[in-house]
Amino acid sequence: MKLSTSLRFAISAWLLLLVILVMPAGHPALAQDNKAWTEIRSELYGDDRTIHDGSGLLEIEAPDRAQDAALVPISIKSMIGPDDERYIKSLTIVIDENPAPVAGTFHFSRANGIADIATRVRVNAYSTIRAIAEMDDGQLYMAETFVKASGGCAAPATKNNAQAMARLGDMRMRQIGEWEVDQPAEVQLMISHPNFSGLQTDQVTQLWIPSHYVNDLAVSIDGQEILTFEGDISISENPSFNFFVMPQGEGELTARATDTKGNVFEHSWPLRMGSAS
Amino acid sequence: MATGPVSCNDPLMAAHLHRWPPISSFDGMIGQAVRGGESTRRQFVCRSAMLALLSSCCPSSSAALARQSDLPFQEIEDGIHVRYGLQEAMTADNHGAIANIGFIIGDESVAVVDTGTTYAQGESLMAAVRHVTDKPVSHVIATHVHLDHCFGHGAFEDAAPVFIGHHRLPGALSERGDFYLEQIKTLSLDGAETRVVQPGFLVDDAAEIDVGGRKLLLKAWPAAHTDNDLTVFDTRTGLLWAGDLLFVDRIPIVDGSINGWIDVLDELMPGDVSQVMPGHGALGSGREAIEQQKAYLVSLRDGVRAAIADGLDMTEAVAELADLAGPNWLLRDEGHGRNIIAAYAELEWE
Repeated sequence: MKLSTSLRFAISAWLLLLVILVMPAGHPALAQDNKAWTEIRSELYGDDRTIHDGSGLLEIEAPDRAQDAALVPISIKSMIGPDDERYIKSLTIVIDENPAPVAGTFHFSRANGIADIATRVRVNAYSTIRAIAEMDDGQLYMAETFVKASGGCAAPATKNNAQAMARLGDMRMRQIGEWEVDQPAEVQLMISHPNFSGLQTDQVTQLWIPSHYVNDLAVSIDGQEILTFEGDISISENPSFNFFVMPQGEGELTARATDTKGNVFEHSWPLRMGSAS
Repeated sequence: MATGPVSCNDPLMAAHLHRWPPISSFDGMIGQAVRGGESTRRQFVCRSAMLALLSSCCPSSSAALARQSDLPFQEIEDGIHVRYGLQEAMTADNHGAIANIGFIIGDESVAVVDTGTTYAQGESLMAAVRHVTDKPVSHVIATHVHLDHCFGHGAFEDAAPVFIGHHRLPGALSERGDFYLEQIKTLSLDGAETRVVQPGFLVDDAAEIDVGGRKLLLKAWPAAHTDNDLTVFDTRTGLLWAGDLLFVDRIPIVDGSINGWIDVLDELMPGDVSQVMPGHGALGSGREAIEQQKAYLVSLRDGVRAAIADGLDMTEAVAELADLAGPNWLLRDEGHGRNIIAAYAELEWE
């Protein structure tokens, strides 16, 4: 069959269009992503440390699309085999495209049992989110995922700043699931705080608004330090952290949080064995 | 839906199509776009396709087409003019024109209520004012911080009106302003000259302004849709301009406090309110729409409270409660999951 030139042109134009439409969406952010990460990586770890593929060791979960830029739930699960003698010494969360990309670093101890973490972060733009684990032998492993930013009026900002301030430093602790002696058990720790990013200038005064966020957290059980965290403005308003402990029986869990204005908030709760929460 | 204010058969609307440019059959189609979800989508796709076709075959007419893409203003009550936003997500195609914006004319001057997403929308609003009156614009009111409502304010700066907002608006604009300007770029909206304009007059609780024989009562609400919601009550007609404290047909978005919003809904409609202009959707008596919105918010609160009590985390709660919002809510998929997350973050502190 012979096709007229114009028809052939029309068909090839359609094919071209089809190719464009079905091509994997190579997002421009990806190129920047790598650039941003190169700089962040260099600052965090220098240029000479190897970062291994952490896909067998870590799993990072976040929604494909942030529903609310101010509150993106993420969780990091460690999958260290029972024969692995090592433990995860620290875990750093990086959101490449955020103004302050390093969301925070958790420092674990063997007393955590499992080095899993769940928290909520602000995501300013289409961004890779990374979890980098440092083992007790100094090796680094990284897992990553990609989160699309939310559209519309969602903003990585506070929702009810006044309320967070009114109960500033109030803390809650929840024991999740069944608690047994010497078995990994999950804790949720919540701190009422606006975790205000302060990145903007006040449009009226043209002065920078100082940031105000929780930058330091230490958790201990009966005086023994279990977990510490250094955080930044990417952690959502009213920070919430889920982590594990290895309870040695009834005891007392203490959390001590410090914010960038030097406020110190400390609370203790009794730990109960058995079915909690 | 109560009164259907936008229809080509509506004499008011027809009058406006003749008095107020742009005049074309397109505008009739766009003007109907606040009706149901299905027809909105279809008409809009149809319009986009026709625009694309026209702009591809006659590129010289693109400037004219840009003007035609402005949505029309119409007088919905004595001296109250509104441009209904489209019941769609913000896109480059619809210029982010999704919120209801408008103005109220008194004997002496004009008060503008919300200005849209961009400077260009603010300019269209100003042109619409000038088309119907020579009176000066004395007040420009922001119902809240969201970018679809108050990012056209810049177009009014030369007129030097009093910019009015909730006492928490300056903080919210400072915190979100730069991000929203970035968002306008990301969405490829025509954001030229769009800027953040801070209010010069703040409403702590309630305030009254007079545009000449016409008193407007302003009320600043506790955290609800956002933490800076402001409503405008027109004493002449009994119309309450509720901003986004009321969404009609479109799923309401919780960006302040779900508990606060449920409480505010009980107080939103004192007896002297005859009609309610929502931030999104059609004008109506308000009562049925408020009930629908409240029913959704209460069921959302109940569902999230139960999920928290059952030990579900935020992500599990989003999955568990996905079907809780009825299928009739427009843009349900864009708003419901997000609302679960916002409600969860608030209610876990109860």
